[in-house]
Amino acid sequence: MTRNYLLRDVSPLGEGTTDVLLADGIIAAIGAGAEAQAQDPVIINGSGLVLLPGLVDLHTHLREPGREDAETVRSGTRAAAMGGFTAVHAMANTTPTQDTAGVVEQVWRLGRDAGWVDVRPIGAVTVGLEGERLAELGAMAESAAQVRVFSDDGKCVHDPVVMRRALEYVKAFDGVIAQHAQEPRLTEGAQMHEGVVSAELGLAGWPAVAEEAIIARDVLLAEHVGSRLHVCHLSTAGSVEIIRWAKSRGIDVTAEVTPHHLILTDELARGYDPVFKVNPPLRTQRDVEAVREGLADGTIDIVATDHAPHTREDKDCEWGAAAFGMTGLETALSVVQETMVDTGRMTWADVARVLSTTPARIGRVTDHGRPIAVGEPANLTLVDPGIRRVVVPEEQATHSVNSPFRGRELAGCVIATWLRGRATVMDGSACDESVVVSS
Amino acid sequence: MKHLLSTADLDVADAVRILDTAGSMAATQAREIKKLPTLRGRTVVNLFFEDSTRTRISFETAAKRLSADVINFSAKGSSVSKGESLKDTALTLQAMGADAVVIRHHASGAPHTLATSGWTHGAVINAGDGMHQHPTQALLDAYTLRRHLAGPGDVTGRDLTGLRIAIVGDVLHSRVARSNVHLLHTLGAEVVLVAPPTLLPVGVGAWPARVSYHLDEVLADEKPDAIMMLRVQRERMSSAGGGFFPSPLEYTRRYGLDARRLALLPEHAIVLHPGPMNRGLEISADAADSTRAVIVEQVANGVAVRMAVLYLLLAGGDAPARAAAPTDDMKVDA
Ligand SMILES: [Zn+2]
Repeated sequence: MTRNYLLRDVSPLGEGTTDVLLADGIIAAIGAGAEAQAQDPVIINGSGLVLLPGLVDLHTHLREPGREDAETVRSGTRAAAMGGFTAVHAMANTTPTQDTAGVVEQVWRLGRDAGWVDVRPIGAVTVGLEGERLAELGAMAESAAQVRVFSDDGKCVHDPVVMRRALEYVKAFDGVIAQHAQEPRLTEGAQMHEGVVSAELGLAGWPAVAEEAIIARDVLLAEHVGSRLHVCHLSTAGSVEIIRWAKSRGIDVTAEVTPHHLILTDELARGYDPVFKVNPPLRTQRDVEAVREGLADGTIDIVATDHAPHTREDKDCEWGAAAFGMTGLETALSVVQETMVDTGRMTWADVARVLSTTPARIGRVTDHGRPIAVGEPANLTLVDPGIRRVVVPEEQATHSVNSPFRGRELAGCVIATWLRGRATVMDGSACDESVVVSS
Repeated sequence: MKHLLSTADLDVADAVRILDTAGSMAATQAREIKKLPTLRGRTVVNLFFEDSTRTRISFETAAKRLSADVINFSAKGSSVSKGESLKDTALTLQAMGADAVVIRHHASGAPHTLATSGWTHGAVINAGDGMHQHPTQALLDAYTLRRHLAGPGDVTGRDLTGLRIAIVGDVLHSRVARSNVHLLHTLGAEVVLVAPPTLLPVGVGAWPARVSYHLDEVLADEKPDAIMMLRVQRERMSSAGGGFFPSPLEYTRRYGLDARRLALLPEHAIVLHPGPMNRGLEISADAADSTRAVIVEQVANGVAVRMAVLYLLLAGGDAPARAAAPTDDMKVDA
């Protein structure tokens, strides 16, 4: 039995203020009459707070099974709830790989048992992410995990024939291939964005063209076979141009940008601090400007975190030996607010679109990313845009501390999150685990 | 100056002070008893994650001539190859009380990481990191250039204003080139980089140097005062090595320094090479053994420059400028 919650004077999607009643797992009432219907509700003063549909991440590394020392499904999904998420897509590069029905079902069950968010496993495109043989995509689609998104993320499906077959094959169950676009030969040993900074630092370059060449090829393949393509963590100005061109041709492609590519640049590599080592790498200010522009004008469909927790050992070393990746679940919304909302480029309704509605649609997650309307499932998050907070990775819910925002002040804070009417976060803190799991 | 990580961190006063101190050190090295008591009781660790007998011996000689205790730690070939070992090794050296760590590492930035991590409290001297920097090499090159070209007379206190230096070869993979471009620019010299386009980094346009693809044109038009030949690894030719040039023969034809090109240089111009040389590839025997070549002298100057760097970092204290004054406070250890 979940509590009733009466949110007084909240601002759904940042538009106007009203009362919202959550009861029996759904949005039971909106407006002046909501209070009358409430039965012994928890009353939340929502004045100044923005109510959004629960966020949906299309790109999360939960690391379980295999690297429970960096993150578990439990710790990662708790971090997700703290960040305002109600559903995450768990990337396939686990050990063992999520390339069979058995493994994706295991991850799905771990997520269900943890209870913080809905976990939608992503299936590997190829066996062991090796890029050679298609994994049993159909079996994963029909498993209890209901996989719809397939990706070899971390590696690129670089063989054009394998990519073509994958794009074709998943049409049978309305799947999508999410491509990590990285031409492997052009990025052998690559450590950071290839440009002025890499030239000076003597670090092997990861050229923009290695991403753009694959995206260009893939949109043409998707057009040729009439399939749905999703481009992971697009990071360059050229990639934005290619997606814009592809969409103008009517190609069924969607694209994501990460929060870190919206705000950080390759200049940060100058201190050789591996917390800024990520794949694709941080690019230039010009690229940052281009991805913001692309997100604002709809060329880029969504923001996805690419939350990539790593152990201290994997980051506490020289740059070349460090792992790629940074955490992001608990800072994503703040970065989007700071770069897109506070700058006047997007509204909160746009934020709901890029962080909830559209990622849910791409992942075919039917009960998330819904409108804030009576009768809809109460998957919601409540945000205070007026708070500023300093990021302290050790205080985050994620098990790892590789946040690139350590010590940085960011705008906005998640006050509460509800999964089917049950609070997972309240007053900015994760709800007691026993309550979360049992209810 | 607490560490020496990159020549980009040196301003002209720092650089000239190091060169002047090296001059004082070189003067002591002409004496019968070469050893100075300056760093007695201090410990210098040579931490080499990459083989380089020449550089290690140069630092070792420099430290010993200043009476420091030297520990050589070679991490090459042992099981340690990952970054964690850098941390553990550094903590071990810290426990041993290292006053300075001379580090050579295959990863760009490793000395920077060591210096900023808190793993060691000693001074960190970069003895070559990946494709990034090799500052003492650039300093010994500058010292050699100044000795030959900044005269006439006593060169103490002088920089390299007005000199034209051509750096030829594999700039892309070269920490020597990166170190030299910054330092030579700081000292007032004009640098032209000469290489096939494949062996220049994307982004080189931001460097304080001009770029040419044609060695013969540079020799004819620029009349450089010195030419610095970079080592080119033969394996870079193969497909697995990156396929940077078609064949050693073509490389030599277009970018090698031979007797004909040597003759195109101005009368006073000198030839440098950081070593080890690939004779017959980037430099012919004629050029390497000519009277213009100062390659053997570079090795000797390396000891003086490294003595100066160790001295300034470990004994220079807060007043490195005074330390540069010749040998009043550096009595010969009898
Ligand atoms: Zn990826």
